[in-house]
Amino acid sequence: MSIEIKHLTHIYNPGTPFEHKALDDINLKIEDNEFICIIGHTGSGKSTLIQHLNALLVPESGEVLLNGENIYADRSKLKSVRQRVGLVFQYPEHQLFEMTVYKDVAYGPGNLGLPQEEIDSRVKNALETVGLDESVYDKSPFELSGGQRRRAAIAGVLAMEPEVLILDEPTAGLDPKGRDEILDSIKLMHEKRKIIVILVSHSMEDVAKLADRIIVLNDGKVALTGTPREVFSKVNELEKIGLAAPQITYVLSELAAKGYDVRTDIYTVAEATEELYKFLKQVK
Amino acid sequence: MITDITIGQYFPSDSPLHRLDARVKLVITLLYIVSLFLIKSFIGYAFVIIALAIVIKVSKVPFKFMVKGLKSLVFIIIFTALINVFTVKGGETLVTFWKLSITTEGVFFAIKMALRIILLIIGSSLLTLTTTPIKLTDGIEALLKPLSKIGVPAHDIAMMMTIALRFIPTLLDETDKIIKAQQARGADFDTGRLRDKARALVPILVPLFISAFRRADELAMAMESRCYNGGANRTRMNVMKVTSIDYTAIILFVVYWVVIIAMRIIL
Repeated sequence: MSIEIKHLTHIYNPGTPFEHKALDDINLKIEDNEFICIIGHTGSGKSTLIQHLNALLVPESGEVLLNGENIYADRSKLKSVRQRVGLVFQYPEHQLFEMTVYKDVAYGPGNLGLPQEEIDSRVKNALETVGLDESVYDKSPFELSGGQRRRAAIAGVLAMEPEVLILDEPTAGLDPKGRDEILDSIKLMHEKRKIIVILVSHSMEDVAKLADRIIVLNDGKVALTGTPREVFSKVNELEKIGLAAPQITYVLSELAAKGYDVRTDIYTVAEATEELYKFLKQVK
Repeated sequence: MITDITIGQYFPSDSPLHRLDARVKLVITLLYIVSLFLIKSFIGYAFVIIALAIVIKVSKVPFKFMVKGLKSLVFIIIFTALINVFTVKGGETLVTFWKLSITTEGVFFAIKMALRIILLIIGSSLLTLTTTPIKLTDGIEALLKPLSKIGVPAHDIAMMMTIALRFIPTLLDETDKIIKAQQARGADFDTGRLRDKARALVPILVPLFISAFRRADELAMAMESRCYNGGANRTRMNVMKVTSIDYTAIILFVVYWVVIIAMRIIL
């Protein structure tokens, strides 16, 4: 599976005083099994961009190619596009509606018209992947804790067995434990199922830890793209558009500024720990 | 898309009509609607159409915005016209088939009825298009104030309207989001039989109701934590003032009414 975005432009409320160009000539290519993180300040077009990837929004101009095929070419294939590209919205637990968790997760595969055994196995699989066991199957989604509810909602999209999984700030509003659990299951899924994962996030730490490649959006345009190392080395540019490098990078920069001999091109806590050990040994 | 709904939409612009005092605009709109029911002749309708056209021109709101509001009501307009065509009798008979007959009087009456509804909708949408919801409810509150002496909770009514209006776009956004989220899970709202379509609404309505209640709860909490206790002793940030534009509008509107009454008597 590969995704190619060509000259994508989207305008909200065209022809009215509320007209707003949310995406401006976006060109991107996403390869098979990549883990992509999209960052950008609020209103930079992140949510608009991801809603084009499964044809929920129709662009003003440009195209989205899924395995070389334009997803807007044939309206009758929309369902198959939405099955292959799974989209988890912000606060996905707000779309839960069924009486039980099990039934809610089964809604997606049910819409695909799959046989009952296939639905059952997909639902169980999806719930297992997000770490919910059989004890919650017959509970109402509203009896669960916030983190569990979020995971149940994500399972609802996973049960479609998409080849591309897009998540819009999946950890917003969760406690640290809930956040780690969700990020871990996303990582696990990416490794196990060999799918493309596209993650929108405001946490530079999570992005540095997870991404193969980062896409930085600013005012509807791609401002930067590259590996975490490439992107976070341009701290000045990031700060200019309201973003930042991971906190640990600033810690090391401060140390370097004070005259200590440490590397400053470090973006994850794990790397930093190693570097600091090395440094402390030298001092001894 | 659902966000295309334009009921009560405001069109920002800087025209004399936008600057008009909300109270004046409300009263004028109300009396304008009354005037529509006093017209009997086609000449009368021609006069109203010309007057309305001038006001639309002055308002600087593109005409297509008014037509948008009409679109959703086309069915009602056609339905009313059809009923009138077949039920009103008088004048020469034009066509007869089965038990139904169409007379000239019926056709004229149907056209007048349709015109009346269209003028009514365009006229009142002009009010919401040129007045922000806040100003509108402020105006309603001011007009209801005298009634508070006989126990009408003017402030509470206005506050409820303000909140309701303020939540229309929020809930539309929410609906849009929920629809998209369910579409992303393969939901299909366009095909299938009526029963399937009705059932397809459940995954939208349940989350929408839950979110509406949650928002109402949060808002009530936020208002209480800021010590809201109704209208008692509240002052306004923007005090409404009647200015020279308002006087001009009132004079022009009086002229309009004189013509309407004159036509009713003479024609």
